[in-house]
Amino acid sequence: MRVFFVSGENECITSKYQPNLLTYLLILTDMSKVIKLKKGLDIKLVGEAEKSVLALPIGERYSVSPLTFDGVVPKLLVAEGDKVMAGDVLFYDKAHPEVMFTTPVSGTVSAVRRGEKRKLLAIDIAADAQQNYKPFKTNLAKASREEIMATLLESGLWTMILQRPYGIIANSQDTPKAIFVSGFDSAPLAPEMNVALADDMKAVQAGFDALKKLCPTVHLGLKAGEKSILEDVKGVEKHYFAGAHPAGNVGVQIHHIDPINKGEVVWTVAIQNVAIIGRLFLEGKLDMTKTYAVVGSQVAHPQYVKALVGSSIADVIMPARIKPQSGGSSFRIIEGNVLTGRKASANDSLGCYSSQVTVIPEGGELELIGWLAPRFHKFSVSRTYFSWLMPKKKYDLSTGLNGGVRPFVVTGLYEKYLPMDIYPMYLFKAILAGDIEKMENLGIYEIVEEDVALCEFVDPSKQDLQALVRDGINLMIKEM
Amino acid sequence: MKQNYNKPLPKRLLDKFAPTFSEGGKLSWLHSFYEAMETFFYVPTDVTKKGSHVRDCNDMKRTMFMVIIALIPTILFGMWNIGYQRIDGADFNIWQNFWYGFWQMLPSILVTYVVGLSIECAFAQIRKEEVNEGFFVSGILIPLIIPIGTPLWMTALATAFAVIIGKEIFGGTGMNIFNPALIARLFIFFSYTSSISGEAVWFSDARTGATPLGELANVGTTNVSMLDAFIGTIPGSVGETSTLCILLGAIVLLATGTASWRTMVSVFVGGLFMGGVFNLLAPAEPQTATELYMSLPAWQHLLLGGFAFGAVFMATDPVTSAQTNCGKYIVGFMIGALAILVRVFNTGYPEGMMLAIIFMNALAPVVDYYVVQANIKRRNRRAKKVVKA
Repeated sequence: MRVFFVSGENECITSKYQPNLLTYLLILTDMSKVIKLKKGLDIKLVGEAEKSVLALPIGERYSVSPLTFDGVVPKLLVAEGDKVMAGDVLFYDKAHPEVMFTTPVSGTVSAVRRGEKRKLLAIDIAADAQQNYKPFKTNLAKASREEIMATLLESGLWTMILQRPYGIIANSQDTPKAIFVSGFDSAPLAPEMNVALADDMKAVQAGFDALKKLCPTVHLGLKAGEKSILEDVKGVEKHYFAGAHPAGNVGVQIHHIDPINKGEVVWTVAIQNVAIIGRLFLEGKLDMTKTYAVVGSQVAHPQYVKALVGSSIADVIMPARIKPQSGGSSFRIIEGNVLTGRKASANDSLGCYSSQVTVIPEGGELELIGWLAPRFHKFSVSRTYFSWLMPKKKYDLSTGLNGGVRPFVVTGLYEKYLPMDIYPMYLFKAILAGDIEKMENLGIYEIVEEDVALCEFVDPSKQDLQALVRDGINLMIKEM
Repeated sequence: MKQNYNKPLPKRLLDKFAPTFSEGGKLSWLHSFYEAMETFFYVPTDVTKKGSHVRDCNDMKRTMFMVIIALIPTILFGMWNIGYQRIDGADFNIWQNFWYGFWQMLPSILVTYVVGLSIECAFAQIRKEEVNEGFFVSGILIPLIIPIGTPLWMTALATAFAVIIGKEIFGGTGMNIFNPALIARLFIFFSYTSSISGEAVWFSDARTGATPLGELANVGTTNVSMLDAFIGTIPGSVGETSTLCILLGAIVLLATGTASWRTMVSVFVGGLFMGGVFNLLAPAEPQTATELYMSLPAWQHLLLGGFAFGAVFMATDPVTSAQTNCGKYIVGFMIGALAILVRVFNTGYPEGMMLAIIFMNALAPVVDYYVVQANIKRRNRRAKKVVKA
C-alpha cells in the first residue's frame, strides 16, 4: 500500500514529521495540510525553561490592571476594604458595559492604585488563605450560544476573546467568521504547550467546545513536525505550520488559513486561555491558573511556574531566582517575550494575555566604535556580522538599541520577516501619513503589533514599528 | 571637575567637551557636529523603550560603512590609474603612480567631505535631528565620478548643490528622490559643459585625452583592448575604469547583503539585452559612427564607461531605487537598457549611465506604485470573492 504525500508550494508534509499511517489518514481526512512559511526568524536566546512545572501556593497579593486591556475605559465597582470572591466583578468597560473584569482570587480589596488625572492603574487584592469561588451556572452540553456568552461576560473571561481586526476585546454583538487559536508559541523562549497544558487537556477540550458554540468554525494552528498534545482535540479544524517565528502568531496563521477582508471579524483566543474558559464550564468556578515560563539569561533556574493570573511577578520569579548582578549591571523584567512583552517591575502583576516572564540584562554599556567591531557576542541578521556563520549559537542579548534612530533607508528587509502578502514599509508609511484608505488597502486589518515585532527587531533604522502599528490601529478604531 | 580615569580617553574627552556643545554652551550651535563625533566613537548607550526589547546589532553606520569598504579597491586602483594615465612623467613605478594620484584625489575628497558634512550638520542642527550617515557614502562617490582635475570650487559648488537640492530639501537621507552623488555629477556636466566637454572628461595636468566612450560616440570604434577595459588601465573618471575592482566591490556588497542583487543583476541583464538588440539591428556593413557603435558586442558595453560602477554602486542605492522586490527587477533592467540606448544614439553625450539612473530614480516610485497597486487589487479581489460567496 502506498502513502501519498501531499506536496506543493503550500501543501507539504515536512520530512521531519513522520506520523504513522493512521495519522496520515486522519490528517488527510481532516483536510489538514502543512503550510510552509519561508519568512521569519528564530532568535536563539540563552535561558530556556527546564521542563519542570512548579505549582505556586496562593500568594499574598494579586492585582488586576485595566492597562492590560487596549482601549478599555474602566468604571470601578469596588472600593478599598470590600470583600470579593474569585469571579466577582471589579470594573467594567464604559464603552461596553457588558464586558466585566473580575478578580481571580477571593480576599479583600487592599488598594485602588491611581496615576495622573486619577487614571486607574490597578486594583490590589489581599488574598484569603482559603479561596471562595463565586458559582457560575454551567451546562456546556445544553447551553445555547447566548447562555455561553452570558456566562463568559459575567465571569470576566469574555476579555480573553480578542477580535481581529485591531486585536482588542471582542464585541459580543458581532458574529465572527471564525475563531482562531494558535496551538504553539514560536516567540523566543516561549513556553511549550506540551509542558504547559500537560494536565489540562480536559479543560482545553471543554474550552474548544464552548468556543464552538460561539462560532461553529474553530481553527487550531499546530506546529508541523512535532507531536502536540493538542493533536487529540476534537471538533476543530487543524492546520499545520512549518517555519520560523512568527509561524506561531495567530495573525500569520489567519492570513494563511482564511485572511480577514474589510468588514469581516474573526476572534482569537490564546491556547492557555481556552483551558481557563474550559475550566469555568467544567467546574462552574473561575480558576485562572496558567503555566508561565520564567526564562531569560538573568534567571538562575529557568522553569515553568503554575500561578494565577494577577500574581505578582516577584512571586512568580521567586522560585526561579534572578542571578546575582555584578557591580553596575542591571536587568530588565519583561512580562511576555523579548519581542512583544511589556517592561515590568517585580511589583507588577501578570496580565491574562501573557504566558511567560523574561529577564534579560539591561544594555547601555560603552562600546568604542562598536558599529565597526566584529561583535561576536551580539546577534544580527545582517551578514556584515558573523552570526549567520553560527546558526546554532544561543545569545545573551541585552536591551541596547545598538544605534541611532533614522528614517527608512534600507528596503526589502522588513518583507523577509513578515510572512504575509503585505508590503510592510508602504503600510508603515501610510500609518505615518494617517491615510486611512491606504492603511486599509495595504492590510492594516490583518496585523497587530506582534506581527511586525521582527521587522522592528531587524530594523537598522531603529524605529518603533510596533508602537506605530498600534497608533495606526487606534486611528482606524477612531475613524471607522 | 574630577576626572574619571576609569573611562577610556576618547570618552573622557567627549565628556569634557559635552557642556561646551550642549544647550547654553559656547558652541551649542555645533551640537549636531559634536553628537556625530560622539556617536562615531561610541555606540549610543540608549536602551529600548518601546516595542521589541532586544534589537539586531546592525545599524545605519555599519550599513553605510560596508559600501565604503566595497569601494576601497576601486579607490586605490583609481588613484594608481591617475598616475599611470599621465603622459609627461613617463616611467613611474607603481608607488609613484599611486602617490601622484593620491595627491590629486585628496583635495577633492577633502573638499567634498568638508562642504557636504558642514551642510548636513547645519540641517541636522536646524531640524534637531542626528546627522545622517548617508553622506559618508555620497562624499566618497562624488570624487570618484567627477573628472579628476575638476576645479575645487566646482567640486564644492556641485557638492553643495547635491546635498541641498538633491537631498535636504526633500527631508534628508531616506527621503531624497535622486542619488545625491549623481546630482553632483549632473550639476557639473550641465552647468560647466564648456570647461568639461563630454568627450574629453579626462585630464590630469597637461593632458587631455578622449575616453573610449568618447571615441566610440564620435568615430564608432575604439582601440582600447577589452582586457585593459576590464582591468581598468584606460582613461575615465577615477572610479569607473576598473571593472575588476568594481566586481570586487560588488562581491562585498552582495556577500554582506548590503546592496540588492536584484537591482544589480537586472542592470547588467538590461544592458546586455539592449546591446544585443543593437547587435541584431546593426547593418552588416556599418557606415556611420552610430552604426559602428551599434555593432559593438553587447558584453563590451558592460566594461566601458561608468556602466559597471553605476550598476554596482549607484543603481543599488536603496533610497532612490525601487523599494519593492518586483520593482527592483524592473527599474534595474530599465537602467541597463536605457544606458546603452543613450550611449548609442546620443553622440553628443557619450555616457548614458548617469542619465539612465537619474531618469529611473524619477520613475522608480511609479514602478513601485503599480507593484503595490497589484497587491491592493489582490486584497480587494479576495474581499469581493467573499462577498459573492
